[in-house]
Amino acid sequence: MQASVIVFPGSNCDRDVAVCIEAAMRKAPLMAWHGDSDLPKSDLIILPGGFSYGDYLRCGSMAANSPIMREVVAQAKKGAAVLGICNGFQVLTECGLLPGVLMQNKGLNFVCRDTRLTVTNNKTAFTAQYDAGEEITVPVAHNEGNYFADDNTLKRLQDEDRIAFTYAEGDNPNGACLDIAGICDPSGRIVGMMPHPERRAEAALGGEDGKRMFSGIVEALS
Amino acid sequence: MSHINDTEITDAVVAEHGLTPDEYQMVCDHMGRTPNYTELGVFSVMWSEHCSYKSSRKWLKKLPVDGPQVIQGPGENAGVIDIGDGYAAVFKMESHNHPSFIEPYQGAATGVGGIMRDVFTMGARPVANLNALRFGHPDHPKTRHLVAGVVSGIGGYGNCIGVPTVGGEINFDKSYNGNILVNAMCVGVARTDKIFYAAATGIGSPVVYVGSKTGRDGIHGATMASAEFDDASEEKRPTVQVGDPFTEKLLLEACQELMASDAIIGIQDMGAAGLTSSSVEMADKGGVGILLDLDEVPCRETHMTGYEMLLSESQERMLMVLKPGREPEAEAIFARWGLDFAVIGELTDTGRMVVTHEGQTIADMPLGPLADGAPEYDRPYQATPKASEFDAGLLSGAPDMAAALATLMASSEIASRRWVFEQYDSMVMGDTLAGPGGDAALVRVHGTQKALAISTDVTPRYCFADPIEGGKQAVAESYRNICATGATPLAITNCLNFGNPERPEIMGQFVGCLEGMGEAGRALNFPVVSGNVSLYNETNGTGIFPTPAIGGVGLLKQLDKAIGNRFTENGLEIYLLGNSNGHLGASLYQRDVLANDEVFAPPPVNLESEAAHGALVRRAVDKGLLSAAHDISDGGLAVALAEMCIGHNIGAEIIAEGDIGFWFGEDQARYVLAVTADKAADLEALADGLPLSKIGITTGTELKFGDTVTISVEQLHELNEGWFPALMQG
Repeated sequence: MQASVIVFPGSNCDRDVAVCIEAAMRKAPLMAWHGDSDLPKSDLIILPGGFSYGDYLRCGSMAANSPIMREVVAQAKKGAAVLGICNGFQVLTECGLLPGVLMQNKGLNFVCRDTRLTVTNNKTAFTAQYDAGEEITVPVAHNEGNYFADDNTLKRLQDEDRIAFTYAEGDNPNGACLDIAGICDPSGRIVGMMPHPERRAEAALGGEDGKRMFSGIVEALS
Repeated sequence: MSHINDTEITDAVVAEHGLTPDEYQMVCDHMGRTPNYTELGVFSVMWSEHCSYKSSRKWLKKLPVDGPQVIQGPGENAGVIDIGDGYAAVFKMESHNHPSFIEPYQGAATGVGGIMRDVFTMGARPVANLNALRFGHPDHPKTRHLVAGVVSGIGGYGNCIGVPTVGGEINFDKSYNGNILVNAMCVGVARTDKIFYAAATGIGSPVVYVGSKTGRDGIHGATMASAEFDDASEEKRPTVQVGDPFTEKLLLEACQELMASDAIIGIQDMGAAGLTSSSVEMADKGGVGILLDLDEVPCRETHMTGYEMLLSESQERMLMVLKPGREPEAEAIFARWGLDFAVIGELTDTGRMVVTHEGQTIADMPLGPLADGAPEYDRPYQATPKASEFDAGLLSGAPDMAAALATLMASSEIASRRWVFEQYDSMVMGDTLAGPGGDAALVRVHGTQKALAISTDVTPRYCFADPIEGGKQAVAESYRNICATGATPLAITNCLNFGNPERPEIMGQFVGCLEGMGEAGRALNFPVVSGNVSLYNETNGTGIFPTPAIGGVGLLKQLDKAIGNRFTENGLEIYLLGNSNGHLGASLYQRDVLANDEVFAPPPVNLESEAAHGALVRRAVDKGLLSAAHDISDGGLAVALAEMCIGHNIGAEIIAEGDIGFWFGEDQARYVLAVTADKAADLEALADGLPLSKIGITTGTELKFGDTVTISVEQLHELNEGWFPALMQG
């Protein structure tokens, strides 16, 4: 299988997630440059966390219009699995692969801390190794993670079982609607989430709750 | 239009540039003529206190700077130590006090950005940031605004560039009401065979400018940092630089890419005094001359004069000297990252700095006097009088123990800093083993089983009461915090924040603190490899507490041996290591429980005990005996125990008995250790005569002192967590 991590100027979790993919796949992913308009055919594409283009406009909006994203969108529509983490989730909403928007945190401050998550949908391409309803602990680190969508969209996400992760009760760090921490597209192959599973994928870093995201997708695609 | 160099150099112009009449005469002597306006500007920043260390140099020379672990001591952009297997740790701490008081967000942000550039200029990848912050009294009307702005600025910069902020410290005291301290520390990791230095060699080699464009921001920042504050200082806002962490991230990646080749001869970041100091330092260290053509400098504003370009402190810029002919490959890398790249000059054999602009030579100066010619002042100093010992009579009518402990857990010095550190990304880069809240932060060396232990420390109220003991204590506490994780302390950086050195009593504080730091560094084999001096931290003639912040770095060779400072389970035996003499002078108990601010002698530091007790803790960790260890500092033994309970909501029954001094005294060289019952005998045997005594056991969810005092851990937790959010809510 071929995995690619997209590197935007200002991405800063690209190496972290590449380490996790390599551990799961036993092969380093391709690090794809934002300015390239070609992307080798990829079974798995990761949009990493960070501050793409400085996030000086609305977060993720510049990245969504970068040359490489045309290729990402095209391959996603042909069936590639795509995971957007944090800034990557913002890029996915900005480029229209996922609905909604990530607004500034309700508390107005950047927040970096562990959050307890409920795996609300274990049928996505990335969550098969979790039990439905399982509670896991994965950290967040963002200033704009407050998921918002109109009522119709929220209802559709619920009806179609497209909410992948929610913050456990009382642990919503940003004011997100319905405590949404991550969502997926109707196929379950495109997932966007604010928490960082790559930061909780080895015991030395405090736990392995995030590791199954990576082993799960590699198992599904191998 | 007349040229800026046509401006007549009057006494007033000289004074505006912060030079004394004697200094100006020295400039004229070095020049062999009257300097023009541009030359005067260049001399003034190079000879500012900030750049020249003219008041402090004499005393800095007395600090220990050597050791087998030291690869590069003070004098470069950052210090470098050997951490084995071909790796080096590169680190430094620097102040950004004055800008942060005037414009807290940008002041703090650019402080973080500047210190990271110092580290990555050396060829290292920054892996950890820490911040030592001092604010005024919590009730002072400016404090909340300054805390909010500084914290937000530190986070805004560090989070964006993607380097974790893993620790630091915060004090509140009224002496900082008009002059806060923002000291930023950065630690990087490099290969020992890929360290880059500033020295520029090779006549004819191209001088290259990379990074952001030059604007008018920060002109005379170094001079501002070398003067006292007064009520008009806030008018200096335009001299505060504006940070762009995104550009710095690009600059970091582009520099790392170029550094992988062998195209660079020398490299220096444009920090204080910008293009001037970077070019002077590079050429002077290489023993060459330099020719700069300012027409080639990328500018973001129009009609900038040469004077402005030379003195601008615009951020995110680097100067480098490349091997001739390597410009195209370097330019391609910077172009790929979307950064400016311009050849702006070349090295010459003249020993002079010659600057041209619009076809004219606007400055022509000898490099030696610019770099090293600033007068070295042996300023008169008056040793701080010995403070008297604590007056035990103050304890009559003291509150009971539970009330005292409750007060301290919610004290401004001890309260949880969660409100602050949750605004910092402490985990990015995937190597943070222990972030904020521990004794020292632990950061893995990427791809290895080693970890760096990092801590910033100083207790300013001790330094004020007794600079010598306070200076020792700052080094000793850093040493202890590193040992408490199991790591071996290797070296320190320092950031020496003091008032106006022209006042003998301030100079006395400086001399005393350095004497103490030097003694401790020598005794603990903990040399100084880099640092920064920030003087004139005064507003309207009131000086700050002397605050020589220490940033210590240690090495843990096997990261799986690391321990934390929280009780991990029930049934652990709790030991106290070190002698308790009940020293309450200058303690937090005196300040916050007795609400007394008389000056009493702080706890004396026994450096032999520090070394012996630290070694015992390290050996015990290495043998896998300990479950947790915590250094005893502010608030004494009782607070240390409470903090160890809070982490995992595990209580303790303390069987030891003692008086107020035993529970709250701040005697040094002490740790609380926790071991499982089956390892207690091994620990006792290992102690081999050192003062180690069993004082209790972990159990339940209450902290009990004998039969009389019981406090629930949950209550301690709430007191400890509640203070900061309440302060910021106002």
